[in-house]
Amino acid sequence: MRYLPLAQSDREDMLALAGASVIDDLFVDVPAAARLEGLVDLPRQKSEQAVERALGAMAARNRPAGAGPFFLGAGAYRHHVPATVDHLIQRSEYLTSYTPYQPEIAQGSLQALFEFQTQVAELLGLPVANASMYDGSTACAEAVMMAARVTRRRKAVLSGGLHPHYAASAETLARAAGVVVEALAPALDDEAALIGAIDADTACVVVQTPNVFGLALDVSRIAEAAHAAGALLVVATTEVVSLGLLKSPGEMGADIAVAEGQSIGNPLNFGGPYVGLFACREALVRQMPGRLCGETVDAEGRRGFVLTLSTREQHIRRDKATSNICTNAGLCALAFTIHMTLLGGSGFVTLARLNHARAKAARAAVAAVPGVEVLTPRMFNEFAVRLPRPAAAVVEALAARDILAGVPFSRLAPGAGFDDVLLIAATELTTHEDIAALARGLGEVLAEETC
Amino acid sequence: MSLQNVGRATRSEYEGPALAPEGRLGKGLLQDEPLIFERGRFDMTGVDFDLEGETLDESDLAGLTRASPPALPGLSEPETVRHYVRLSQRNHAIDLALYPLGSCTMKHNPRLNERMARLAGFADLHPLQPISTVQGALQVMDELAHWLKTLTGMPAVALSPKAGAHGELCGLLAIRAALVARGDARTTVLTPSSAHGTNPATAALAGYQVQEIAQTADGRVDLGDLAAKLGPHVAAIMVTNPNTCGLFERDILEIARLTHAAGAFFYGDGANFNALVGRVRPADLGVDAMHINLHKTFSTPHGGGGPGAGPVVLSAELAPFAPTPFVVHGPNGLELVEETHGEAAQTLGRLCAFHGQMGMYVRALAYMMSHGADGLRQVAEDAVLNANYIKARLSGVMSAPFAEGPCMHEALFDETWLEGTGVTTLDFAKAMIDAGFHPMTMYFPLVVKGAMLIEPTETESRRELDRFCDALLELAAAAKAGDVDRFKSAPRHAPLARLDETQAARKPRLKWTPAET
Amino acid sequence: MRFTKDHEWVEVEGDVATVGVTAYAAEQLGDVVFVELPAAGAALKAGAEMAVVESVKAASDVYAPLSGEVTGVNGDIADNPQTLNDAPEGSGWLVKIRLADPAELDALMDRSAYEAYLRSL
Repeated sequence: MRYLPLAQSDREDMLALAGASVIDDLFVDVPAAARLEGLVDLPRQKSEQAVERALGAMAARNRPAGAGPFFLGAGAYRHHVPATVDHLIQRSEYLTSYTPYQPEIAQGSLQALFEFQTQVAELLGLPVANASMYDGSTACAEAVMMAARVTRRRKAVLSGGLHPHYAASAETLARAAGVVVEALAPALDDEAALIGAIDADTACVVVQTPNVFGLALDVSRIAEAAHAAGALLVVATTEVVSLGLLKSPGEMGADIAVAEGQSIGNPLNFGGPYVGLFACREALVRQMPGRLCGETVDAEGRRGFVLTLSTREQHIRRDKATSNICTNAGLCALAFTIHMTLLGGSGFVTLARLNHARAKAARAAVAAVPGVEVLTPRMFNEFAVRLPRPAAAVVEALAARDILAGVPFSRLAPGAGFDDVLLIAATELTTHEDIAALARGLGEVLAEETC
Repeated sequence: MSLQNVGRATRSEYEGPALAPEGRLGKGLLQDEPLIFERGRFDMTGVDFDLEGETLDESDLAGLTRASPPALPGLSEPETVRHYVRLSQRNHAIDLALYPLGSCTMKHNPRLNERMARLAGFADLHPLQPISTVQGALQVMDELAHWLKTLTGMPAVALSPKAGAHGELCGLLAIRAALVARGDARTTVLTPSSAHGTNPATAALAGYQVQEIAQTADGRVDLGDLAAKLGPHVAAIMVTNPNTCGLFERDILEIARLTHAAGAFFYGDGANFNALVGRVRPADLGVDAMHINLHKTFSTPHGGGGPGAGPVVLSAELAPFAPTPFVVHGPNGLELVEETHGEAAQTLGRLCAFHGQMGMYVRALAYMMSHGADGLRQVAEDAVLNANYIKARLSGVMSAPFAEGPCMHEALFDETWLEGTGVTTLDFAKAMIDAGFHPMTMYFPLVVKGAMLIEPTETESRRELDRFCDALLELAAAAKAGDVDRFKSAPRHAPLARLDETQAARKPRLKWTPAET
Repeated sequence: MRFTKDHEWVEVEGDVATVGVTAYAAEQLGDVVFVELPAAGAALKAGAEMAVVESVKAASDVYAPLSGEVTGVNGDIADNPQTLNDAPEGSGWLVKIRLADPAELDALMDRSAYEAYLRSL
C-alpha cells in the first residue's frame, strides 16, 4: 500500500525487537470478544487512478456554481480566489503542520495569525480579534455564550434578520447551558421589536448586517438601547466583503462582532470548511473563546509570536474554560490573510464596490420582470424579492434551465410565511450575461401557467 | 489554592553568552521578513479587477458607509508570494520529518486528497443549491457515513460537527436529549483524570458537572472508583480508548457494563481511533457515541491548527436525536433532511450553518478508498508496531511510567530518568528541535509528571524511526553527561531562541499597531 | 501569620485579615501573569473560591481561608502580577476580609506547622 513505508521484513524485525512474535501480541489488552479476526465489509485498497475515477464520477453528478448563471448567497458567497492563495496554502509547511504549540519552529503560522488578527480587528472595527473560529455560525453561538458569561445574565435576543441557521446554532448551544434564546420571527427590519425585547435579564442582542434579506443596517440605535439596559450588542456579518463599503460593527457600537470570512480566500466547498471571524472590546478579551496569538521576544531579544492567554482554554482550564474549542480554522484563516494581503485596503474597497454594482444591476433587471417585487431597498450585494408563486418551485424550474437563481427563503425557514421570497446575490464573478439570463429565465418561468 | 503543577518555565533559564547575537534570520537561505504592515503600502494591490464599462456608485447607501477605507496595506503578487514563502520556511511540517506529537496523529497527508477536494464538482458547490444539482455531493456524505458506520459497527453517524471538540458537544447534547426524552434529569459527567481537556470543557458547556475518575497504578480507569461514582445522577462517562497514556483499557467491557447498569451513556473519545481502525469496532466495546477526528485517523491535513472535522457515530438509542441536517435515501435519489420535524422530530437541533466540513469529507473518503478495508487494518497494526518499536528502543534509557506490557499507538515516558541532571522535560523537548525533530507532546497527560508522549503513526519508515531514536538516545546521553547548557539554551538552530510566554501573557499585544512617534 | 493546607496565608489585625498565597505556592505557580480578585463588599465563606491566579500554563483557584466580607483588594497586583512572585507574603497580598467568625482562625496552622506540612508533601 503506497502510504505505508514498512516492508514485511521490517515488521518482522521490529516485532522481534518489541518482544512480540506476531502483531496480535501487541493487541493483547483488547478483550477477545472485541477483536475482529477478518476484514470489515468494505472494498479493498485502490490505486490512485481508481480513487480518482470513483470520486471524479461523484463530482460529475454535481452542477458546479461556475458552470452557468449563479446567484446564491445567504451566508456563502462565490468570489474569485487568486491562484496565488491556493498555491501558498498548499505548501507543506502550512498544510502539514500542527497547531503552533512550539513557537520556535512555527513562526510562519504564528506570524500569519498575527497578521490575520490585525486584519480582522481592522475590518470589524474592534481592538481585539482571535485566531479564528470554525465558521460564522459557531462564532455567533460562542458570542452569545460569552455575553452570558460577561454579564452574568441568562437571556439572548436574536433579530429576525439573523440568518436562521445562525439563530438555530446559537439556540442549540445556549439551551444546554441554560441560556434562554428569544429569537424574533424573520422580518426585513425589526429594530423596534428588537429594542422592545431588551430587558434587565438580557445578556445580549444579536443583529446581522447586511441581514439575511440583504438589508444593510445602521445598528447604532440598537447598540444604545442594549447598552442602556446593561446588555452587549453582538453584530454578525455573513458577507465579509460588505465591510469594504459599510460601517464596521465597532463603528456602530458593537461589543462583540462575528463574521463568516469564507468570501475572502475560500471556495464555497458545499458549506465548509469556512473561517469564523471573532472580535471584541479590549476589556472582554479574557472571556473570549478560541486561540489568540500574541507578540513577545525570544531569549535573545528578537521579536516573535506565541499562542497566549491560553489559560482561558480547555487544555488548561478544563471544565472552567471559556469554550471547549481546540482547533481554529488555521488554513482557511491563512487563505483569508493571503487574499486580504493581495487585495490591500484599496483593493478590498474596489472589490466591495464592484459587488455592489453587479448586485444593483441584477436587482434592476429582476425588478423589471412582471410580477416580481423587490423587498430590499438598501443592500450590499444581496436582495430579496417576492414572487407571485412559491420561490422553491421557481428555483427548481430555473435550475432545469441551468440557471441557479438564488436561495428560496423557505429553504432556510420553512413555514415562516416567506415561501414566496427569493434571495438573490451577485458578486464580482456575476457577469452582465448572467444577469440577462436570470431576468429572461425568470420572466419565462413566471409567464408559464404552472411551475 | 488549587495547585496544579503543570506550570512550567517558559522563559529561558539559559544565562550563558548569546548564541547568535547578530540574529539567526537573514542568513543562508533563511530570509528575514517583517510583518505586512511594515512593508505593504496602503494604495498597493495585487489584484486586478474587470472594471471596464462599470459604474461604481454607492449614493444609495448614504449614511451607512464606512468613514474611511480599512487601513490595511497591500502587496503586489510577487511580494505576497515571497512574504508567505519566507514565513513558511519557519514552520516544521510532517512533510519534513517525523512529527511525534502524542494524541495528535501527525501522519502523511496524501496529495490525492487535496486534488479530489479541489474538483469543481465539490469545491465550487453552494450548500443551498437545489438538491437535484448536488446528488454527487450527497453521495460523498452517504458513502463517508457508510464507511464510518462500518468501521465502528455503529448504526448512525452525525457528520456536521466541525472538529473533535464540536463532535464531543454533539455527542453530549444527543445524550442530554435522550435523557430529557425519557424524563431522566441527570447532572454529572465522569471523566478519567487523564482525559483530554476538551472532555471536561465540553461536559461543562453541555450543562453538566464534571467529576474525575481515579486511575490505577497501571494507567487505566479505576473500576472501583468508577463503580463508587456511578449513580442515578450520572448522565455519561467520557473515556478515550486507547487512553491518553497510550494504553488499551483492558476492562473496557466492564466499564461499559457498569455504566449502562447505572442508566448512563458511554461516550467514547475517538481521538485515538488510529490504533484500532479495522481491528476493533467501538460498537463491540459498548460505546454509545464517539467522535472521529477525520484530521487524525483519516489524514485530512492539520493545516497549522484546523480546519478539522468531527463526525459522531451514534447508537440506535441516540440516533433519533442526531443533529440536522442529514442525508437520507428518497424516491428521487438522495435527500437532505434540514427541517426539525418528520424524521428529525427529536433532533438536538443544528450545530452550525449548512452541512459541515464537506472539503474534509472528500479528503477522508479519498483516503479510506485508497486504503480499503485491508489497508486500514494495516494502518492500525503499523501505528501500534511503530510505537512499540520506539518504546523498546528508548526504554533502556528513558523511564516509562507504565512499562509493563505493550503500548498501543503511542509510547509514554516521564522525567524520572532526568532527575539530577538539571534538564527538564521542556529542555529535552526543545533540544529535539536542534536535532531536527518536532518535540513530542509534553506535560500531558497531566497525571504523569513531566510526561513525554510520542506518537509516530504508521507513515514512518523504519529508517526514520531509527534516525529519531538515535537522536533521542544521543540527547539522553548528553543530558546524563551533564551538558546542561546545551539543553537550557535550546533550540540553538531554530529561527528563534526560546520565546518569552510570560511577557506575552502579562502585556498582551494581539495585533500590530503603528509605532508611536 | 497563619496558613492553610491550600497554601494561603492570613495575617490578622483587629477584625480584618489580609490574605495571600504562600511563597511555596508562588514558586510552584511560576511566573504569574494575571490575578482575578473578588469585588469589595463580596461575602465569602471559608473554603469557597475567592480569586484566580494565572500563570502562563496554569490557572489556580484561591480559596477563602476564612468567612467574612471583602473590605479591600490589592489593585496594584492586577496591574503588576509579577508582585505576586516577587513578594507573595508581603506586597503581593490579595484581599482583606472582615472576619465573620474569628474562631475559624484556630483551624489554621502556624508557620512551623505549615513548614512541617510542606516537608510532608
